[in-house]
Amino acid sequence: MGLHAYLVLAALVFAIGLFGVLTRRNAIGILLGIELMLNAVNINLVAFARFHADLVGVIFTLFTISITVAEVGLGLAIVIAIFRVRKTVEADHLHLLRG
Amino acid sequence: MTGEAIAFWLVAAALVASSLAVVLTPNLFHAVLFLAAALVATGVVFLLLGSPFLFAVQLLLYAGGVVTIMVFAIMLTERLVGERLSQTNRWVLNGAIVAAAVFVGVLGFLLRAPRPGPWPAGRDWIAELARALTGPFAAPFELLGVLLLAVLLGAIYFARTEN
Repeated sequence: MGLHAYLVLAALVFAIGLFGVLTRRNAIGILLGIELMLNAVNINLVAFARFHADLVGVIFTLFTISITVAEVGLGLAIVIAIFRVRKTVEADHLHLLRG
Repeated sequence: MTGEAIAFWLVAAALVASSLAVVLTPNLFHAVLFLAAALVATGVVFLLLGSPFLFAVQLLLYAGGVVTIMVFAIMLTERLVGERLSQTNRWVLNGAIVAAAVFVGVLGFLLRAPRPGPWPAGRDWIAELARALTGPFAAPFELLGVLLLAVLLGAIYFARTEN
């Protein structure tokens, strides 16, 4: 399989994740969509690293995976904190900052 | 078709199917389980690309860690029994149009790009990775540890109870 096949697969997964981010009502559902999008980017990084035989792409992927895990941990902590205060995690109901 | 091509198409089908299930299934708990399947399929893609180390990292961090805390967050914010867990999507048509536009845009860019050559010979990256992470990339690697510590403290701060 050529490089293009992996890039098209990653673009498809990215688009699916974007659809999830745009359409989900629940904050955790939105986070799931963001996870899919970040995964698609990781596929791109590893595919390019393999294609150019460059180790830096793999190291970069290692870093993005770690930072994504950190982001999910903090994001879910914020979701739980919001749920404690507002008793909901529906994104439509969280409009306190709307002017 | 070669064995690698068959493996790629199988993994691609599994990845796309589980990703669609993540964004379309009405049950949020099932969505997290499908996300675990999608993450494992992504790990297998890494394996096909000759990075068994990233496959292991993917399984440990994502399929192990992220899915576990997602399940915990759902249990803390939803009632697991009853209709609260099921959720509907909104603006499905608009979301589908935007997502399809992004996909078609990227696809058009890819199709216009010149066809890449064949893959270079694969090599064992694990030893080189260890040397790079303790040599030229040692400082960013340490910073990653500082980031994880900061996130740990931040998560405890956000999720703690008031007393």
